[in-house]
Amino acid sequence: MMRGSILQFVLFFVYLVVQVLLLKNLVLFNTAFCFLYVAFILLLPVEMSNLLLMLIAFIFGFTIDIFYNSLGLHAMALVLVAYLRNYWLTAITPQGGYDVGTPPTLAANGVQWFLVYSLPLVFIHHLVLFFGEAASFNRFWFTMLKAITSLLFSASVMLIFQYLSLDRGRR
Amino acid sequence: MERLLKFVYESRAFFTFLILELFCVWMVIENNQYQSTTYFNTSNSIAASTISTSQNIREYFSLTDINNDLAVENSVLKKKLDQRNQLLYSMELSSFKDAAIINRFDYVSAKVINNSTRYYKNFITINRGTNHGIRAGMAAVSQLGTVGKVKSVSENYAVLISLLNIDDQVSSLIKRTGHFGTVQWNGADPLLIDLKFIPRHVKIQVGDTIVTSGYNAVFPEGIIIGKIESFKLNEEAQFHTIKVRLSQDFGKLSFVEIVKSNLKQEQDSLEQKTIGEPK
Repeated sequence: MMRGSILQFVLFFVYLVVQVLLLKNLVLFNTAFCFLYVAFILLLPVEMSNLLLMLIAFIFGFTIDIFYNSLGLHAMALVLVAYLRNYWLTAITPQGGYDVGTPPTLAANGVQWFLVYSLPLVFIHHLVLFFGEAASFNRFWFTMLKAITSLLFSASVMLIFQYLSLDRGRR
Repeated sequence: MERLLKFVYESRAFFTFLILELFCVWMVIENNQYQSTTYFNTSNSIAASTISTSQNIREYFSLTDINNDLAVENSVLKKKLDQRNQLLYSMELSSFKDAAIINRFDYVSAKVINNSTRYYKNFITINRGTNHGIRAGMAAVSQLGTVGKVKSVSENYAVLISLLNIDDQVSSLIKRTGHFGTVQWNGADPLLIDLKFIPRHVKIQVGDTIVTSGYNAVFPEGIIIGKIESFKLNEEAQFHTIKVRLSQDFGKLSFVEIVKSNLKQEQDSLEQKTIGEPK
């Protein structure tokens, strides 16, 4: 457990650095953004309590916001994801339940389950983020386009990283 | 009472959620204010120095371009200086004796260390702050055109609201006809910006130059914004719908100049006295 916490703590900074120094500058077709950092919240251990999740999400989102000059926006979207995450996990519990102490990864539960788990949550995150930024429904379809293309982009990158870590686990 | 406490305790996750979200919304709204004095953005020294380091590394790959830009700027400035000198000889200086008017604007050069063009609300971070005399509300221009206004400053860094920000409005005029309107970005194409409130009787042409009007004392007048790319006039519309191609490609911004308007306070206080507090 202790080792796990330290690992999560290190991962916090890894996700942060990758997001603000690398992925922030990576935008495809002017509409597709990559918010890989959502994966950090998604991949925290299953039995972590809602309260702790939301606090971590808030701190993490707030730090991301500092670098994006968008105070409160990322924190808002991420806290929402953190709040919904555990309910969603309970709703889609695979047969036999989750292994205790492990994060809900692709390696543990298979690709189909992982997609069902991550896509809606990431999409909600993106919707809140982009509509929050636009602060209106004036540019509804353009904002929607942004959210959908970003969903595809973020989810693909997330999957790639999942497969990379899958490989390492087997060796 | 006990039951109420029990209820609150049992749904503590939901209440925490609510409190955190409300706090976030409050921050978002607070941050949307023009000239907020927040410390939590990229003018923050830790965030800024991180970004600055990363930008330094990236800059090595575009040094040639930056050099070229600077050389071009140099030549343009030299030419302007020469023209001005010629003009001064011929005009005998009679109308420009007021030093306060001549020195109305000071310029501070700054390097862009962070820039975005793809969000609805884009900001630019520069490596100059209060130590270099920069204050919130000052204008930023580049050699190619208008860039934005200073939003918040720390000691050594400042965050600018880019012209590519859906909240930013700049008073501007059509140079050829002299009619003034407002430019505001619509959030889609980072190369185009909308010119609003040009009444329908005005005869405009594709290619007309749009410059800042200088009515709000933030921007010096006559700083180029761009050229009219296309326009249309709907049957019942009061105003033209005009797309302006920005003269400054914001994707390539590397140096900006902050304009210190020495007479801004005087103009503002005079306007406040006569018109009343601005909203």
